[in-house]
Amino acid sequence: MSRSDHDHEHDHAHPAGSRFSEVEVRVKALESLLVDKGVVDPAALDRLIDSYEHRIGPRNGARVVARAWTDPAYRQRLQRDATAAVAELGYGGAQGEHMVVVENSARVHNLVVCTLCSCYPWPVLGLPPVWYKSNAYRARAVVDPRGVLRDFGLELAGDVEVRVWDSTAEIRYLVLPERPAGTEGLSEAQLAELVTRDAMIGVARAGPAPGGKP
Amino acid sequence: MNGVHDMGGMHGFGPVQPERDEPVFHHDWEKKVFALRFASGAMGKWNIDMARHANERMPPAEYLAATYYERWLNGLERLLLERGVVTRRELETGRSDAPLPAEDRARVLRAGAVDGVLTAGGNYRVDQDIAARFAVGAAVVARNIHPPGATRLPRYARGRRGVVERDHGVFIFPDASAVGGRKPQHLYSVRFRARELWGDAASAHDAVYLDLWDDYLDPAQPA
Repeated sequence: MSRSDHDHEHDHAHPAGSRFSEVEVRVKALESLLVDKGVVDPAALDRLIDSYEHRIGPRNGARVVARAWTDPAYRQRLQRDATAAVAELGYGGAQGEHMVVVENSARVHNLVVCTLCSCYPWPVLGLPPVWYKSNAYRARAVVDPRGVLRDFGLELAGDVEVRVWDSTAEIRYLVLPERPAGTEGLSEAQLAELVTRDAMIGVARAGPAPGGKP
Repeated sequence: MNGVHDMGGMHGFGPVQPERDEPVFHHDWEKKVFALRFASGAMGKWNIDMARHANERMPPAEYLAATYYERWLNGLERLLLERGVVTRRELETGRSDAPLPAEDRARVLRAGAVDGVLTAGGNYRVDQDIAARFAVGAAVVARNIHPPGATRLPRYARGRRGVVERDHGVFIFPDASAVGGRKPQHLYSVRFRARELWGDAASAHDAVYLDLWDDYLDPAQPA
């Protein structure tokens, strides 16, 4: 992959004598224009950033998954109307208006991508990681899903059906991973700890159980 | 638009490289771009399809070299200009030549309204009685069309046969709403066998599901 796919590695040119990169200067200019003109409220910007740094993230989705693992009736509601079932736990809204949950099993493995931009279910997973937005993932997930899974260290048996969900519309997908073996005694909160962001995108499995083999 | 944003199936970008313990944002300017874009968008001067199409119109060589939030920044500047929120001169100087008109000021996203706006989200479903052209289980073929404007039909699916797996109901149609129009219609989850899309080198077991509108589909003989 090109280095430019990773913005944390991306070297921005610093104009001579400036401690700010060109993009920083551009963003500062745009921010001061929009504040000055009254287009944006600086306190609203802070609240938006804080929401996605601290409030809206993959722990939300993990609670949905753990509830589905422990409550068969909830799991059924999740299958029937995921938007409503997710809302029962208090999640929903921007970029999660129309949710669908897809279930992994011994036979089926689901993987979510957006090849055209980077659509992602914000209310349950927060903002997407850099790799999800990378050219490499967007290009390969549909044509070589098993190769992408190998990049994450996940090797699937040949007879497992891989279903790739390309988020081309306003439907947002959440993967319900398989409940790890050996977790029968765990509480819902303990189970939620085993559910990673990557497992809910479909590039990893949940778990393992504490003390269990990966 | 047959742009470089339509990446499904391209080769040469190398492996996917996850970052351990990745922060939500890597730089303060990324936070600002995210928030500026969200807050400006909340004024209602453009819709989600206009916003996506603004990103897609970044010159292709620049798009490929840019990071995600650089694309967002480029798209935001384009939207602010095209929708008449700021002038070219204001964008170049970074200084306001005139305050926002009073009728727009009332629509500015205030801090106290942020939580409510996030919780409400948008509504892309249309409560209108429009007939579905396809039933669940119908064999369909994605149209071989190449609209120069916004579209959500990826190139890799055009001309390929699939099966309607689910009818999501009536939704706004992006190709129309990206230019301020309205053409609500049924949206379906369509299953394409991996081999139908990618040939015999693909796994016989695998499939790709796309969400596609009536205007992207024709009836087909079963694959």
